[in-house]
Amino acid sequence: MRIWAKILDEVGAIATFAGMFFQQLFQRPFEGRELIRQMDETGSKSLLLVLVTGCSIGIVLSMQSRGTLARFGAEAVLPSMLALSVVKEIGPVITSLVLAGRLGAGIAAELGSMRVTEQIDALEVSALQPFKYLVVTRVLACVVMFPLLTIACDMVALFGGYAESLLSSHLDYRLFIDQAFSSLRLSDVLFSTGKTGVFGFLVAIIGCYSGYHVRGGTREVGQAAMRAVVIGSLLVLLADVMMVRLSLILFGS
Amino acid sequence: MTEIQPEIEIRNLHKAFGERKILQGVSVCVSRGSTLAVMGGSGTGKSVLLKHMVGLIAPDSGEVWVQGKRVDQLDRSSLNALRLRIGYLFQGGALFDSMTVEENLDFVLRRHSTRSRSERMEQIQEAIAWVNLPHAAAQYPAELSGGQKKRIALARAIILRPDILLCDEPTTGLDPVSVRTVSNLIMRLKAERGITTVAITHDLLCAEIIADQATFLYRGQALAEGTLDELRTSPHPQLREFFG
Repeated sequence: MRIWAKILDEVGAIATFAGMFFQQLFQRPFEGRELIRQMDETGSKSLLLVLVTGCSIGIVLSMQSRGTLARFGAEAVLPSMLALSVVKEIGPVITSLVLAGRLGAGIAAELGSMRVTEQIDALEVSALQPFKYLVVTRVLACVVMFPLLTIACDMVALFGGYAESLLSSHLDYRLFIDQAFSSLRLSDVLFSTGKTGVFGFLVAIIGCYSGYHVRGGTREVGQAAMRAVVIGSLLVLLADVMMVRLSLILFGS
Repeated sequence: MTEIQPEIEIRNLHKAFGERKILQGVSVCVSRGSTLAVMGGSGTGKSVLLKHMVGLIAPDSGEVWVQGKRVDQLDRSSLNALRLRIGYLFQGGALFDSMTVEENLDFVLRRHSTRSRSERMEQIQEAIAWVNLPHAAAQYPAELSGGQKKRIALARAIILRPDILLCDEPTTGLDPVSVRTVSNLIMRLKAERGITTVAITHDLLCAEIIADQATFLYRGQALAEGTLDELRTSPHPQLREFFG
């Protein structure tokens, strides 16, 4: 019973923290310079990781699927299958999980160490707004950059899939592109990419919450980083299930 | 005859974290332009007391008055306005480690002054020259020694020319030369600008240099008050143990 009370307490605290984000989002000062710095930190410094992940997904998916499809004489649908699975599901989820690991832990560790070294208190006593400066900018940066990084991941995954197809069956690129994109609807692309904005929000809020409330020393900072990755990843998966259900209701299969 | 209002007054302050009682009825009074050293062993509530003065911690009961304003009842904007009149020197310096020394100082200045960039840079140069580190502007906090960090943190604490300076262990972990340097800077602030200072310290050398008055905290209570000599010669066993 006590553990449930503790979990509910934590959920309530995270919801309040998220509420503060929305409350301060439209208040001055807008911290534009810090937002751009955070978008750069989030985006450019995660890009290589996302590209490598996307490329390997595309190659592996193409290699693994070819044999199975060939057994049923359906090798021709490989580009469509690749595009649908990458753009609708694998690209957004894998990108978000990879970023949950990199950014969730990074944000929690950075804010956690700022907390234990009293840098957040220093912002507070300087009559600045630490929540606005540290949390709002990071969350907003993730909301914007997750979809952009997902687009990069999707494109590289398709390129990886095409490269594998080219080497295996000398597939013409025009045919590949035609088949791949004819199976996609604009609503699929927009919804699947857009939902990563929600994943970015969840990962960043959990990372910020974990780091912002660290008490103690370096051991607690490490624990906060680990908690941010675990909870952030779980929330991404949970939110994905809910959003796939929502997309089926809105757009059909 | 009008009564002179103290710059900082704390009345019967109580604070507990969970079951742990940290402060149990502490009262402190600091007059304008004077320096109070708050002394005592570890875990006696000294830092918690200091954080009440700037509204970082809210009391469970009691009153915290600074410059005639009751800190624990101020709204956010009034508290921020008051905070601009207070400089706070943190125990570890609390410099923003992703910024250079110059950016650390400018970060505070830019948001609270209407001065142009060149005027601000001039003021920052003056401040770091005042703490005798004129060439540190482009360095990151990680590149500074403990004593240098404390001096830059002091420069940041006073960059907005506050009336009050709160110092949390300003000389802890420093060698005797650095202790004298930092303590003398705090003394100069008092002499040149008439700043009211509250300093938490274990360090007798620092207390000897800066303190007009001292308060000794023991188990969350103010056990003794007076000049440093009065505390040193007190027959109270806790004080005798502390002063050796």
